[in-house]
Amino acid sequence: MDRRSFLKARRAKKNIVSTYTVSGRTSTGLNQYSGSWTKNEVAHLLKRTMFGATLPDIEYFSQKTMEQCVDELLTITSPMPDPPLKDYDTGDAQNPDSDVDAGTTWIYSNNEDSDVGEKRKQSLKKWWIGILLNQPRNIREKMTLFWHNHFATEMASSQNARFAYKHHTLLRQNCLGNFKALARSIAIDPLMLVYQNGEHNSKYAPDENFARELQELFTLGKENNPNYTEDDVKAAARVLTGWRNDELSNTSYFDGSSHDTGNKTFSSFYNNKTIQGKSGSTAGEEELDELINMIFSKGAEASVYIVKELYKWFVYYEIDQAAEENVIAPLAQMLQNYNWDIAPVLSALLKSEHFFDVMNQGCFIKSPVDFVVGTCREMKVALPPGSDYTTAYAACGELLWLSSLMQQELGDPPSVSGWPAYYQIPTFHEMWINNDTYPKRNQFTDTLINTGYTLNNFLLQVDSVAFARSLNNPGDPKMLVEDSLAVLYRIQLSDTIKEQLKKEILLTGQTNDYYWTNAWNTYIANPTDMMAYQTVHTRLSELYKYLLALPEYQLS
Amino acid sequence: MKRRDFLRNTIPATILPSFVNGHTVTALSPSPWLTSLTNFATETDHVLVIIQMNGGNDGLNMIIPRDNYSNYYKARTNIAIPENKILTLQGNAATGLHPAMTGIQELFNNGKATIVQAAGYPEPNLSHFRSTDIWMSASDSDEVIDSGWVGRYLNYEFPNFPSGYPNATMPDPLAIQIGSVSSLTFQGPGMGMAMSISNPTSFYNIVDDIKDPAPATRAGKELTYIREIARQTELFAGAIKNAASKSSQQLPYPDGNILAAQLKIVARLIKGGLKTRVYMVSYTGFDTHSMQAEEMDTTTGKHALLLKQLSDAVKAFQDDLAFLGIEDRVISFTFSEFGRRIKSNYSMGTDHGVAAPMLVFGSKVQPGVLGSNPSISANVSVNDNIPHQYDYRSIYASVLEKWFCADSSALQSILLKNFQSLPIIQDGSCNGINELNKKAGVNLISNYPNPFTSQTSVKYITQGGHTLVQVIDCMGRVVTVLVDKDQIGNTYTLPFNSTGLAPGVYYLRLQNGPLQQVKPILKVK
Repeated sequence: MDRRSFLKARRAKKNIVSTYTVSGRTSTGLNQYSGSWTKNEVAHLLKRTMFGATLPDIEYFSQKTMEQCVDELLTITSPMPDPPLKDYDTGDAQNPDSDVDAGTTWIYSNNEDSDVGEKRKQSLKKWWIGILLNQPRNIREKMTLFWHNHFATEMASSQNARFAYKHHTLLRQNCLGNFKALARSIAIDPLMLVYQNGEHNSKYAPDENFARELQELFTLGKENNPNYTEDDVKAAARVLTGWRNDELSNTSYFDGSSHDTGNKTFSSFYNNKTIQGKSGSTAGEEELDELINMIFSKGAEASVYIVKELYKWFVYYEIDQAAEENVIAPLAQMLQNYNWDIAPVLSALLKSEHFFDVMNQGCFIKSPVDFVVGTCREMKVALPPGSDYTTAYAACGELLWLSSLMQQELGDPPSVSGWPAYYQIPTFHEMWINNDTYPKRNQFTDTLINTGYTLNNFLLQVDSVAFARSLNNPGDPKMLVEDSLAVLYRIQLSDTIKEQLKKEILLTGQTNDYYWTNAWNTYIANPTDMMAYQTVHTRLSELYKYLLALPEYQLS
Repeated sequence: MKRRDFLRNTIPATILPSFVNGHTVTALSPSPWLTSLTNFATETDHVLVIIQMNGGNDGLNMIIPRDNYSNYYKARTNIAIPENKILTLQGNAATGLHPAMTGIQELFNNGKATIVQAAGYPEPNLSHFRSTDIWMSASDSDEVIDSGWVGRYLNYEFPNFPSGYPNATMPDPLAIQIGSVSSLTFQGPGMGMAMSISNPTSFYNIVDDIKDPAPATRAGKELTYIREIARQTELFAGAIKNAASKSSQQLPYPDGNILAAQLKIVARLIKGGLKTRVYMVSYTGFDTHSMQAEEMDTTTGKHALLLKQLSDAVKAFQDDLAFLGIEDRVISFTFSEFGRRIKSNYSMGTDHGVAAPMLVFGSKVQPGVLGSNPSISANVSVNDNIPHQYDYRSIYASVLEKWFCADSSALQSILLKNFQSLPIIQDGSCNGINELNKKAGVNLISNYPNPFTSQTSVKYITQGGHTLVQVIDCMGRVVTVLVDKDQIGNTYTLPFNSTGLAPGVYYLRLQNGPLQQVKPILKVK
């Protein structure tokens, strides 16, 4: 049964708002998906693995098989982005970074002035938005944000923007790498050492902050009931004593004199393992290795935990019994078999019939960043040229601010648990949408279409006419609606509604399609005729404002 | 639509089982109060404001034991508040306030503040994440509940919500969260019960859409949810805008104080006539693992600034409420997911701890200090914690009972258990007569011998009714329950056999109606 007839069958009973039940459940598992491969499935794959699905990307991947598409998305050949630039003026800082020329990168210049630090962090966040807007055709950016949410840190915790850049580079470089190796790197990553007080953790007073989150949030989780104890937290804190940061060299290092050289004994959950206390310059590394090995020896707990996180990131927040058995369990086993390599597991998930199951399509509430960046990409919003870095950074700063208002600020999640939408039972992704944020989403898309955002002399705005022109047959109002929806919506609209959209907006209440076709053709024939342009522009802007404001558009 | 049908239709399948298997089955079955759905809600113009102090507030530097200052100082020398800087409380020589809290000192001395000592819960969890959920859901430590305590209260009062709302009886949002984030506190069984707003005057026009029915898939479930938010926003936006614009002049609030700015909105909306019952405001920064106080002057620093924010904001709010003539309708209380360790660490901070005081404000509180200062021994170890004297849910229960006038069966279904009622709100707020228990100074529970090696006799006095005697260890874990039943008022003695327990400090805890006492006992080798 194809998706549309499936929906039709399901739709027999009339639904009333707030009397809603999900009647369908799926028992699909990891068998490779072999169903129809149309633009619908391509859009589903792209919207989940990238930020928005653009028309050119949909066309590009439609030429390939499902397997080729997933393989390509998971093969990152694009180079790491160039580092962030100095887009700021530090005139009023006490110690301005005058060694860095405007428009060049600041990442090589150590500067401990807090005003400079703040401006650099802003520049870093804008730079990140810029990468998202210009993302390559692969999964890198969705996975980088995944790890940012998982190993959450707040830039606000440190004045040092170089630590933040280093941290996020670590995540981006290893976004499809090895979970265990990444967890080890994170444990002594400078920004994490600041954020979770590791840099203050000493034999005189072990600081439990990171030791707790390492187990509770980063590796084992708490939902699958791992029985590590408070004493395990304390023992792990002692293992991790002695790591310090050096701002000048932008690295962390081990200070043996602060390290607790006593033996650390863990509970029966870890088979009463004792990590022998060591001294000397390599003691920190050696004991850390042992700690990470010990934690990852709890293979079942750690693999299930991270696989569920991936599932919630790419499929849906609710994991029912069937998914637990048919998807989570085998993927968790696979992750252990591959010694914690993430890529093969993701490949299996994204190629599975479970991932493409109609039950799992269109049910993902877009995060604010996905919403803001995805809208710009899908609607082909023109960006300032990279050569005008000041304006380009200003535009990214605006989008950063807007997504923060909708409750997601890159680089500064609300806590070490990441964003509540990925952990708060029972509402999860629904946390993103409330009476405050929903109107803000509407306001953003309306403004982007109506007046745009002015930055320096650049107008960041949707060009509704240009978007329509990029479609296959914009002169046919029916096709125009159909093709627009194929890019923008994951929820199928009924023929009645589509007819209504066409008639009430494009035809201004007329019944004959010819009126639109005529208006469009007049414009195409005389693109400089303002009146002809206005006729189609007004209607198209209304159409897209309407489509982007609806609840349907919040879903991917 | 009948309530049961409503629940069956709206609660996602995944939530329902845990809900039904929990303690709330009675709320789901038809009962007399379900028969009259219209005008069911209890008539009250009372408002509750919940102030969340995010991160785990160091209660011991907020409410300071003056009667045990030397041990307090010894346990946390690097961050201890100098004795002569502690703010005193009228009529309570034993207890003092952090010097930044002059506003709250004034409120206390004017009878508008109550301090509840050492609020917490058994088997404390030291994770921010989990402990916040516990406080918001009012669950036991080892139990996961998907709804919040206020959400359940509002669901009890307005069982049909959101179907048919707003209406003449309740034209306004049931609860308002100031800020853009929804909180678990307001999660009802299946439906969020609150509206989040960050600015009461700017709402955006939600499109009045034409729509297909939602498909019976997960996508349909999410679509239905978003449509409901859109509908509510549209409906409630007018009411809120209206209230915000009606409100008259307000007294000044301190600048640059994020909490004060939120409370100012609350005062404005209450004065503007909203019938909304519960507001929640929150601010963050209490996770003071390091540098919570300045080395040169421990009365300054991160924690001092946070407490000053609280004190200044609450004082301005309370003054404004009086000025607006609505003071008698509002009470507020603070909470934080946990307190911090007794002993400070070397980075001038404190690690995650257990129980901490809660503050209750309002012209209708029963002023005073409830409970005794936490006992701090002369040799506090790194892991020692303050055991809870009051279960935090007793504060919730007292507010629901004495402020929102919920009856005992309702309390049971909202809080999932029976909790003691505390004298924190003035009698007569519900026109009922609530008995006062002023037993300060009377020794209700004691043991002999003390210290002891294996066995000791525990003697306690109960006024009759439900009596609970627990032994708690220094981590706050309940080691054993000696008594948990209805008893006739009398003095009882029973043995406590400590075989198998490590030597150290334990606490005897007696709970009997509103009465509460905690006594430290010492087991030696």
